[in-house]
Formats: sequence, C-alpha cells, structure tokens
Amino acid sequence: MTLLPYLSKRFLASVITLLAVIFLTFAVFFWLTPDPAANICGQTCTPDQIHAIREQLGLNQPFLKQFWAFLAGIFAGRAYGAGATAVQCSAPCIGFSFQSGTNVLTTIISRLPVTISLAAGAAVLWLLVGISGGMISAVKKGTWWDRGAMMVSLGGISLPNYFVALVLQYLLVVKLKLLPFPTLVPFSENPSGWFKAYLMPWIVLALMYAATYARLIRANMLDTMGENFMRTARAKGLAPAPILFRHALRPSLTPVVSLFGVEFATLLGGALITETVFGLSGVGKLAYDAIQSNDQPVIMGVTLVAAFAVIIANLLVDLAYSVLDPRVRVASR
Amino acid sequence: MAVSLSGTLEGGLADSPEAAGARGRALRTFLRKPSVALSVAYLILIALMAIFAPVLSKITGNDPYSFNETALDAAAGGIPLGHFGGISAQHWFGVEPQKGRDIFIRIAFGARVSMLIAISAMLITTALGVSLGMIAGFFGGRVDQVISRIMDFLMAFPALIFMIAVLSAIPQGNRPLLLVVVLSVFRWPATARIIRGQTMSLANREFVEAARASGADRLKIVFAEVLPNLSGTVIVMATLAVPGFIATEAGLSFLGVGVTPPTPSWGQMIALAVPWYSTDPMFFAIPGMFLFLTVFSFTILGDNLQRWATGATA
Repeated sequence: MTLLPYLSKRFLASVITLLAVIFLTFAVFFWLTPDPAANICGQTCTPDQIHAIREQLGLNQPFLKQFWAFLAGIFAGRAYGAGATAVQCSAPCIGFSFQSGTNVLTTIISRLPVTISLAAGAAVLWLLVGISGGMISAVKKGTWWDRGAMMVSLGGISLPNYFVALVLQYLLVVKLKLLPFPTLVPFSENPSGWFKAYLMPWIVLALMYAATYARLIRANMLDTMGENFMRTARAKGLAPAPILFRHALRPSLTPVVSLFGVEFATLLGGALITETVFGLSGVGKLAYDAIQSNDQPVIMGVTLVAAFAVIIANLLVDLAYSVLDPRVRVASR
Repeated sequence: MAVSLSGTLEGGLADSPEAAGARGRALRTFLRKPSVALSVAYLILIALMAIFAPVLSKITGNDPYSFNETALDAAAGGIPLGHFGGISAQHWFGVEPQKGRDIFIRIAFGARVSMLIAISAMLITTALGVSLGMIAGFFGGRVDQVISRIMDFLMAFPALIFMIAVLSAIPQGNRPLLLVVVLSVFRWPATARIIRGQTMSLANREFVEAARASGADRLKIVFAEVLPNLSGTVIVMATLAVPGFIATEAGLSFLGVGVTPPTPSWGQMIALAVPWYSTDPMFFAIPGMFLFLTVFSFTILGDNLQRWATGATA
C-alpha cells in the first residue's frame, strides 16, 4: 500500500471512531441523566419554568433529534431556543455549563495552559528519568543496579498518585518546609514561584510514566544490544558512548513513540487526580468540579475533548510511524 | 492508571522442550525468590483480613461504623488522643479524627470491598477477553474485524474520565457491582488483544490442523485445543489485571464516585484524610501503605509470573 491510500484509510477510521465516541457519550448522558432541566432550575422551581428550560434546550425532543442537534452543533454551530431569546453557539459547539452558563469549549480552552504546563513538565521529567533509568538497567543487566532500578520502577507503577501527593506535601511542605504550598503564579511574573508551584505536581504525574518507560527502554535496549549491527559497531572499534547512544538507544526509542499515543488517554486521567489534589485549575480540575456539581455539559465536553485529543494523538503516531517505517503500511489491514 | 507490563507477552510463549525445562527451573526459583515470597505472604495476610473482618471486629470490640468520641482530643479540634494518630492496644492503627472510628477494622472491611471488586472484575475481563480474543484470532475475517474495531475504539477512549462521568451520573444503585461493570468494559481489550495474537499463531500449528482434519467442530477446537495452550498467558494477564483494578477502584473512591460511605474503602479513607494531612499524617499513611503494598505485591507477582511463563530466567 502506498502512503496516500494508507493515510486516507487511517484518517477515515479516526473520523468513524470520533463519531462513535460522540454518539456513545451523548447516549450515556441522555439515558443516565434523570432530568437536566430540573437540575439547572434548582429546588425552588415551578413546573412552568422547568418546561421553559426544556423547550429552550430542546430536551423535550426525541433522542435521535436531540443527538442530531448536538452533532450539528459540533460541526456547524447551533442556536438554543427560538426568536429573541435564542442563544447562539458557533461551531464547534458542545453546549453551555448548567452551573455558570458559560460556553463549555471556551472554558475548556481557557483551562488548557495549566494542564499543558503540568503535562509538558511531567513529560520532560519522566522521559529523563525513564530513559536514563532504563539505559542504566540495560547496560548493567543482572547487577544490583539493574535489580534495584527495576524494583523501584515496579514500586513507582504501584504507587497511587494521590498518595504520593500527600506524602510529598507532608514531607516537603509541612515537615522540611522546603516548598510552599502550591499556588499558581504566572511564569512571566515569577519564574521561580511558577517552578516551585509545579514541582510537586510534575513529580506526582511523572512517577508512573517514568517507571513504565524505564521498563520499556530496558527491554528494548536488551533486544537491540543482541543484534548483529551492534557486534559490527563494536568490531569496527567504535567507542562505547556512540555505540550506546547512536546504535542501541535510538532504535529502542521508536516503540516509545507509539506508547505515547496510547498513554495520552491515561495521562488525562492522571492529570485529573493531580490537579484535584494540588488544586491546580486545569481541565482535570474543571472536570472534577463539574462532577461534584452535576454539571453534565461540562463533563460531557471534557470527555469529548479528551477523546478527540486521544484520537488525534493516535493518528499522529500512526502517521509518524508510517513515514519512518514503511513496513507498517504493508502490514496494516 | 493502566499498567503496560504486558508488552513482552505478545511474542508468544516458548514451548520447546528446553524452554519447558527452563520454565520448570524458573518456577522453583520463582517461589524461592524473596520478593515473590514476601508478596505472596502479604497477600495471604490481606485475604485473611478481608475474610475474617467480622471476626476481627468481634475480637477487638471495634466495628467499622460506630463513632468513638472518647478517643479524640476535643480541645485540639478532634484529632486522636495519643501519639501516631491514636495508636493503642484498643485501636491498633489509631482512630479517625473527628469521628473516632477504628482505622484497623475499617482497613479490614475496606480490603473486603477492594478484593471483591478487583477479583470479580478480573474474572469477567478474563472470561470476556479470552473468549473474544480467541474467536477473533481463530476465525479471522469479518468476525475479527468487528471485534478488533471495538477493541481499538475502547482503547482510544479516555477511560478514567468516562468512568468518572458515568459513575457520577448514577448516584444510587449497587456501587460495587457498577464498579465491576465499568472497570471490566474498558479492560477486556487489553487481554483480548494478546490472546488474539497468540491464537493466530496457534491456529496454523500441526495439532490444530490435525484436529481440523479429523473433523472436529470449530468451536470445540478453539476451547479444547487452543485454550489449554494459552493457560500461561491467561494466568499472567489475570494476575496483572488485579493491581490495576484495585488502584482504579481506590482512585474512583478517592474522587468520591466509587464505593460510597458508610461502606469503607481504602481510596475513600485517603480522601477523608486529605484535610488532616498536616495534623494527623497517620490517617492517610495507613490506608495509603495498605493500598500501595497490595498493588505492589500483585504487580511483583504478575511480573515474575510473566517471566516464568515466557521461559526467561532473568
């Protein structure tokens, strides 16, 4: 299969997955939410008011019609209600918050910088620790270094991140007083304050991934080091460092690319817990608060945006792979 | 919260005679390994604690729900009397601040809920994952495409956020059952994917050809010929699934959408301890350590089983 048909096939599959996600999410909320109108209206609410809200949000329509309106809102925008009271929502529209009445998508976008700062910093940390840990283990295979590193990484995988967050806060903030309690300050105003605020969240979020990556890099490097080209490299008198980095590490990194696509989904879950524990006002905290206040449009919006991000990440990983390694295209169904 | 330890299994099990010998040797070293022995011992302890939780409650005279204000220091805002969160002969792991409920007995009852959910979800995912994986791998074609699409779809899903959303939308009902269902839906593809791959390679082997030539029913071939050859993988996948379930259930309960009070659960206990972390650190440290050690032991066990099953001696 040449590149172009492969790409269009993958793209089509992603679009279908996205539509399926939208349908499933919508259906789940449609069937599970007892009465959104009563929920928006609050406790002191007349049946007339509830009826008016239903009318405006289109909640009295049958399921398929409501789904169609929702889907149309995403791709073409929609208007809630009719006439003078109609509220316009331009595409991509995923609705308005029940609690604050703000546009869900704009709210999510305004929360993104915090989540991206958290995820990016954590990614730097886990790649550094994971790759170096995995390399040390592979090079010193069978030694106490290796066993120690692998035991620590199993521990890292097993530690619940909220528990680590509490332990770090207790030790670093309360006991040793090394760090202040994380309060967000903009990077431009106070770079060191920004760094201190994010340090513990980065460690907490990075821990599990560092451990997973260390194990993966170790396994891949051990495989690569047994290959013939490694023997050739050694035989032609190449110094150990270039052998290690150029010949052994590089091919071991490619599976990491594909892992990143898969883990993107779990990263968002991890960010939710980390942001909640440290009170960082990112997308995860937004979802958590929405769950506490039963704000369905926001929960649904975050689920959809997250699913969209996961699908895009997987698509990009597949594209990168098919460009780097033509065998992938041939092997694909 | 997904644990990606399963990667190395995809290559399939080695089952040449040498490898079988190596596996036998590895099993003996496996059981003698200190980390494995400790993990097994710890898990047996937790299992006993869970099973005999009501008996422990009778023996210690504490029950998981009753408040005890006499163990608290009212003048200090309701933190437990005495050192280390109120540890005493009566309260082995201390008491909760403000409520005075006994932590040890709540840990024991929490272990019950946690184990029940994790093991039920493990059984369901294993049954689903193995049967669907085998069917996809053995029959191929359309069936495989449909099953593989569903698996791709479920794996591309932000599962945790979705689970939280679904669980928060259903406020009542049988929470443990609901958790088992939600956990299983998103986990079975991980098992099915690996089983599918191994079934595909087994499907063309001589003994399967022989069974086919002798006119055996196709479903019978799958369960009588293919399944026994997958037993090692199934055991490893099942063991590796348990810590993930325990951790996810605890995480969901921590966020307040899992097991609901008054039923105790470890994640929920840690959540209750958050406001007290600076004044009464034992309150989060005890359930946290129990949770960590349980997940850790299962992970060590699964990791070692995996090496044993793949015939590696390292």
